[in-house]
Amino acid sequence: MCATCGCGSDGVTIDGKTVHAAPGHDHALAPGHAHSHDQSARPPDHEHEREHVNAHDHGHDHAHEHDHGHDHPHEHGHEHHNSHAHDNDNAHAHDHAHDASHARNHGHAHDHGHDHAHAHADAQAVHGRTVSLEQDILAGNQLLAERNRGWFAGRDVFAVNLMSSPGAGKTSILERTIRDLRGRDIPISVLEGDQATSADAERIRATGAAAVQINTGTGCHLDAHMVAHGVAQLALAPGSILLIENVGNLVCPALFDLGEEARVVVTSVTEGDDKPLKYPHMFRTADMLLINKLDLLPHVRFDVERCIDHARQVNPQLQVLLLSAETGEGMPAWYDWLTAQRALVMSPA
Amino acid sequence: MHELSLATAVVDACVERAAGARVLRVRLEIGQLAAVLPDSLRFCFGICAQGTVVEGAELEILETQGRAICEACGGTIALSSPFGRCACGGVLRVVAGDELRVKDMEIA
Repeated sequence: MCATCGCGSDGVTIDGKTVHAAPGHDHALAPGHAHSHDQSARPPDHEHEREHVNAHDHGHDHAHEHDHGHDHPHEHGHEHHNSHAHDNDNAHAHDHAHDASHARNHGHAHDHGHDHAHAHADAQAVHGRTVSLEQDILAGNQLLAERNRGWFAGRDVFAVNLMSSPGAGKTSILERTIRDLRGRDIPISVLEGDQATSADAERIRATGAAAVQINTGTGCHLDAHMVAHGVAQLALAPGSILLIENVGNLVCPALFDLGEEARVVVTSVTEGDDKPLKYPHMFRTADMLLINKLDLLPHVRFDVERCIDHARQVNPQLQVLLLSAETGEGMPAWYDWLTAQRALVMSPA
Repeated sequence: MHELSLATAVVDACVERAAGARVLRVRLEIGQLAAVLPDSLRFCFGICAQGTVVEGAELEILETQGRAICEACGGTIALSSPFGRCACGGVLRVVAGDELRVKDMEIA
């Protein structure tokens, strides 16, 4: 899955339809145009002596990009100023005879007699130019996430990223939340992330709320680009709460900002109370921990205090609520938090 | 498996900056606390690079150590997981080790 753009051939769908690459978005950039060197297109008298590259394996790879009309002004990257950067001191007298004039008429038979047979195939032997990037690997996703964030802020939309392992009860919590908040005049919409099926979006639609299903195909998390596409399918009313249910996974979603205002992680008493220590990245980036399936607590070995203590070791600021989407116990406190957080992002009327 | 997303992002960044030149080597800085498996990233990088100017490039991963400062006593502590407590009981703030950066690359 592509973090800069979940588009294209990797199987991401929104409500069953393939996400198309945005125009100008060409990130498969010209495969193979490095150094194509098409032998057949070369006039027969043009004898590059290619063997000398392959024979001694020190990777200096003629960066010529001649485009086969054969007008190359002959600069040929070539870069082996006799320095060779061999970086070793085993004094192997390789004497580059290297006819520097290079025979402009394309005889190009620079005779390079250096036949050092030692294999210095290490990184040092690579002749190249260093280009500094100093760029965050997630910069592409981050940029799109900030764009989403601005879009949400401009519409007073409170976006929540809900994450958990599979089966912790995210969808059940959403269903009950939507039903219970129905009387409060707060528009709620849902983005459902799953690898496959639209089952969860259908469950949400059955509550009356708008829902769009994002299928990530093989992808193990949502990213900001998918969310932008998903949101485009939702007619979000100003002042909405947008609940984004991430793919069930306690690892990967933690790294990908979607542009949300709040992160909520759900765990349940049927899981181990050591989950926060086992998956610290997820708990470290969350604002709220919901411990679900409280109704099952009498039947399982789950130490609530221990779980909370573990979670706060990882994230001292983490807020925690205990609830059961099944019985409704503890849910009002969650609704209070949700509506209070939403009020914070609303611009003054 | 988010390493696949990260590898794609690395390859995209390199392809963009290489502007058609062949990429020989890419250097990443990955913090020990960044929730990334270098081996998995390496594997995915090889796959994502196929058919681009990055294909065949060597991937060098510089791993940086986790480090935190105690908010209470100001001491610096080495960390191998992204949480912990200071000996004084204070809360730790991670100051290094969660890097996920493309440092530079070598092009032909």
